[in-house]
Amino acid sequence: MSPPSRLSIATVVVMTVALGLVFFYAPLEAEQGFLQKIFYVHVPLAIIALCGFVAGGIMAIAHLRTRDPRWDMRSYVTIHMSLIFAVGTLITGSIWAKGSWGHWWVWSEPTLVSFLIVFLLYATYQPLRFAIEDPERQARYASVFAVTAGAFVPLNFIAVRLSTAYLHPRVLGSTSNLPSQMALTFLVSLLGLALLFTTLCKYELAAKHARAQLRALRRAAAEREGLTGGENSGAHARRPRSAAPTQYPATAMTAGSPGRPTV
Amino acid sequence: MGALLLGELPALPLHTAGKYVAGAYVVLFAIVLIYVAIMSVRLGRVQRELGELLAQSRQRPEAEEEP
Repeated sequence: MSPPSRLSIATVVVMTVALGLVFFYAPLEAEQGFLQKIFYVHVPLAIIALCGFVAGGIMAIAHLRTRDPRWDMRSYVTIHMSLIFAVGTLITGSIWAKGSWGHWWVWSEPTLVSFLIVFLLYATYQPLRFAIEDPERQARYASVFAVTAGAFVPLNFIAVRLSTAYLHPRVLGSTSNLPSQMALTFLVSLLGLALLFTTLCKYELAAKHARAQLRALRRAAAEREGLTGGENSGAHARRPRSAAPTQYPATAMTAGSPGRPTV
Repeated sequence: MGALLLGELPALPLHTAGKYVAGAYVVLFAIVLIYVAIMSVRLGRVQRELGELLAQSRQRPEAEEEP
């Protein structure tokens, strides 16, 4: 069995166990009751999204140090997936806020607003990336952005922690006294969602790799036939592609038409 | 067996909070489902293009053999 298949099976198993624990093992919370069950999906989503943003920054540092396009690709995919998880965090958080506070959003709450700021910051990553046509510059600028924004995430987290005027419950830290059953359920949920994140990143990387190889194959076929017209006279022919197709080429992230990714 | 197991499980208190909890978990499920659907569309495109390339590469030797 291939490693991605094993990872997928592990993800499904752990997530199923996590759901079982959430609904049939973890006790009801005294104040919030059944509504607290959202905690087991919302908090892991937020933690993984924020860790993913930081991981994307670390991968971007590896790209800037080595100039290896594979690190740029990994950084891009990690940030892309973290953005999706961040959308999930915002939606599940809003649902919880509506049930608990009676409002979908509370602008005076630093935890919510700071997460929204981080989300909006990363929402500019892709437009910035695909606004640059030159593949080398695109990868370099995107890495610089990922490093800068990645450094902002823990700073933002600490700033919110230092803030005293909050309504949002503190889950982890000195003030939390989570019962062991809830803590176990939370950790299994966190593991399940972390596995889901890793699995989706693996599949995304594999898909981009396959697409890059296919483009390289198309170019090779067109060069052999000596074609100058058709598809290969377009964006593909105009841009030189230096990386080997067996790697994750930086050119895999190049816009096919201005502002639009080809992957 | 399954019915016995379900009988032993505690009843879920699906009162007013039930719709919010269901909504949150449905959101997670929907995100994964949408993502998988997008991935399958992309995979289908790659498969189609690969098929086209394969067909081209098979046509070429036949064309070269013809006088």
